[in-house]
Amino acid sequence: MAALEIIGLEKTYSVGFWRKRSKHALRPLHLAVEEGEIFGFLGPNGAGKTTTLKLLMGLVFPTSGSARILGFEWTDPKVKAQIGFLPEQPYFYDYLTARELLAYYAQLSGVPAKERRRRVDAVLHRVGLPDVGGVQLRKFSKGMLQRVGIAQAILHNPRIVFFDEPMSGLDPMGRREVRDLMEQLKHEGKTVFFSTHVLSDAEALCDRVAIIHQGELRGIGVVADLTSNVHGKVEVVWQGTRVPSSLKALEAECHVTGDTVRAVLPEENQDAAIDALRREHLRLISLIPVRASLEDYFVQKLAPREKVEGVTV
Amino acid sequence: MTAAQRTTITASVLLTACMLGSALLLRRVDQMRTGATLQDVLYISSPKLLKRVSLGYEGLLADIYWTRAVQYFGRKHMAYSDRYDLLAPLLEITTALDPHLIVAYQFGASFLAPPPPDGAGMPERAIQLVEYGIRNNPDDWKLYYDLGFIYYMDKKDYAGAAAAFDRGSKVPNAHPFMKIMAAQMAQHAGELETARMLWVATYQTTEDRQIRANALSHLRALRVDEEVAMLEKAVAQYGQKTGHLPPSMSALVVAGILPGIPIDPDGHPYKLMPDGHIEVRQPDDFPFTQKGLPPGYKPPATPKLRE
Amino acid sequence: MNARVIHIASNTFREAVRDRVLYNLIAFALLLSGAAILVGQISIEIEKLVVINLGLTAVSLFGVVIAIFIGIGLVSKEIDRRTLYTVLSRPVRRWEFIVGKFLGLAGTLVVNTFFMAMGVFGALLYLAHHFHKADAWVLVALYFIILQFLIICALALLFSSFSSPLLSAVFAFALFVIGSFAEDLRGFATMAQGGSRWLATGAAYLVPNFSALNVISSVAHEQPIPGHLILYNTLYAALYTAMAVCGAVLIFEHRNLK
Repeated sequence: MAALEIIGLEKTYSVGFWRKRSKHALRPLHLAVEEGEIFGFLGPNGAGKTTTLKLLMGLVFPTSGSARILGFEWTDPKVKAQIGFLPEQPYFYDYLTARELLAYYAQLSGVPAKERRRRVDAVLHRVGLPDVGGVQLRKFSKGMLQRVGIAQAILHNPRIVFFDEPMSGLDPMGRREVRDLMEQLKHEGKTVFFSTHVLSDAEALCDRVAIIHQGELRGIGVVADLTSNVHGKVEVVWQGTRVPSSLKALEAECHVTGDTVRAVLPEENQDAAIDALRREHLRLISLIPVRASLEDYFVQKLAPREKVEGVTV
Repeated sequence: MTAAQRTTITASVLLTACMLGSALLLRRVDQMRTGATLQDVLYISSPKLLKRVSLGYEGLLADIYWTRAVQYFGRKHMAYSDRYDLLAPLLEITTALDPHLIVAYQFGASFLAPPPPDGAGMPERAIQLVEYGIRNNPDDWKLYYDLGFIYYMDKKDYAGAAAAFDRGSKVPNAHPFMKIMAAQMAQHAGELETARMLWVATYQTTEDRQIRANALSHLRALRVDEEVAMLEKAVAQYGQKTGHLPPSMSALVVAGILPGIPIDPDGHPYKLMPDGHIEVRQPDDFPFTQKGLPPGYKPPATPKLRE
Repeated sequence: MNARVIHIASNTFREAVRDRVLYNLIAFALLLSGAAILVGQISIEIEKLVVINLGLTAVSLFGVVIAIFIGIGLVSKEIDRRTLYTVLSRPVRRWEFIVGKFLGLAGTLVVNTFFMAMGVFGALLYLAHHFHKADAWVLVALYFIILQFLIICALALLFSSFSSPLLSAVFAFALFVIGSFAEDLRGFATMAQGGSRWLATGAAYLVPNFSALNVISSVAHEQPIPGHLILYNTLYAALYTAMAVCGAVLIFEHRNLK
């Protein structure tokens, strides 16, 4: 069973004073996420990632389309107890202490009174805030709030979690921890759906990713598949500074550095290139297939239509 | 049906029910509290204080008190009350807040001075009120007219009325009939014709619905009084001529005493009673009539005023 | 009742209690009750009158300010700060949120009024050294004042469910002023003519009726309040409040949270 199934979800906003113009925040989106997956939802800022998450959480209403979460209609109140949600740049009732906030959320999620205290303590420990449970949230730093946000999302032991930009505001150590936490969640059998514009996070973590840009799905698949399809090129390095003239015909891009030459050429021309080097008696140093990064894929998917902005790697 | 739809329907139904319920309750509360807001008037010792706490919005507050005065009188009058204790203070507060609200003085002259149930029976307070109005609006001849009216109608003080009309006739742009009134007072005080002129003038010089309706009713009553007197005179004349009472109105016409069968202001023919009296068909329609009523007639609980 | 509604209500109450602005307002109202004693001493013979009039007026005005002040922030603040997201992504229905918020604020207002009322009774006790039987009517006046607060805060909630906090405050306060003249407004309506009469009557009946809820001056004159009025006012306030909360629910139920 798919943990999440998005069926043609679409959101159009009316903008302008008379609300005559319409803005497509999300074009009809179809997507399925399997149970137990870590699914990355990628795209530059303003691509429609947050809109999608808000639609799924019932915070905004779709223009058309629907979704199923864990087999339930997504508007079904019953499904909400199985969901954890971390909004983008979360902000919480700052007059509460971290422990009070989590206890309140536990109440709302229907965690039994007997278990509440234990759960709160456990989750505070899990997100690395065991000592500040009694501190009012107004004294928390951005990174600490992000941790509280993650804590409240997993507090009630949900089957599927939705994280909107979970790494933002965290230092490198924090990112590492959150990454580990997501992997733990996966091991516990939970489904993790997270949005990010940070590609390296997605690359390291995700089973599958979807790429969205300008409200439109641009690509979806297993990371390895996506990346291998991009280039199909090999890098050939040999000693010397001489470049055989026949290589030009093989679409090789050559760079001379010191006493070696580096050439990148299409995979299918690899044998011909090696033959050419042999004929010239040049000494081959290495032959490596060029594995594209997710970033390359990203750039390729987005670039034709618009310059990529706000993508950090 | 989804949960959200259920909520929407429930909330809509509840909203409508609550709205209706609250409006119904409001009617109950209003019935209970007839005049309850007005009780406050009794606690406000001086209109001056009220003026101070109105924070410069005297005009608005005056309008509110004016509405209260009109409502109060209207409600009490409908109930055929014989006590209008709050009318004078309400009008005094209104005019203290806005001394140029001329209609309030006219209202006072029309309804503060006459004896109950047609008014509060306080001609002295009415005179005080109108005099206060004259001090604040010396150039408005209508106020002198109102003053003369009270003197004439309610105080039967014809000299006082003459003096008031005379003062008013000297105001620039005064209606010329003020001079005529002043003269009329000296010569024809107490005559129906003079009263008619005054009521006509009242009717013509105001736009207030209640005041106009009141004047119209008085004019109709005057006409009935006049015509009944005339008809009873004709009946007596017939008796002298024939030695017996006329059997019907048409007998009077046949005898050449009347030119035709007379009709009252409602359009109904006058009734000739067996004892020779004349009566109107609908006595309830003529609240101020003195004549033409059945013997022992009691006016209804709710007087009818024509608009 | 629904447990989530209660949890939301108690969290709202906790928020209000931890807000320092509230204490300033209550302190100010208490101060004014104290000042009433001074004013009362100047006007000999009517000290009690002045203390009740001024004290209850202070309670009423400051309470209204508090009701509007918190009422407008109830929903809009949660939307602005996006604290609502983590609440509504739980098994919490939108109507539960609105009703819980309202109940929390209602509780806050009752507690506030209690403290402010202590000030009034303190001033009365200082003057007379013991309580009089007629002082019980002051309690009724305070009860009516609380009913006013409930209506006002439901209205503030309603307005803030679709408009900005500042506009909501203006709307709510305007309705408070207009509602204080509701009986006169109905008077105006009956004097209107033709089609505008229906419109005016409709508007006059839709405006909250604060006239009948303001019994301060008659209480100051030790006039008894009829039992029927207490009953009707209670029912009226309940219905009107429910109406406003339903309106807020209806709007909020269909609102996209930015």
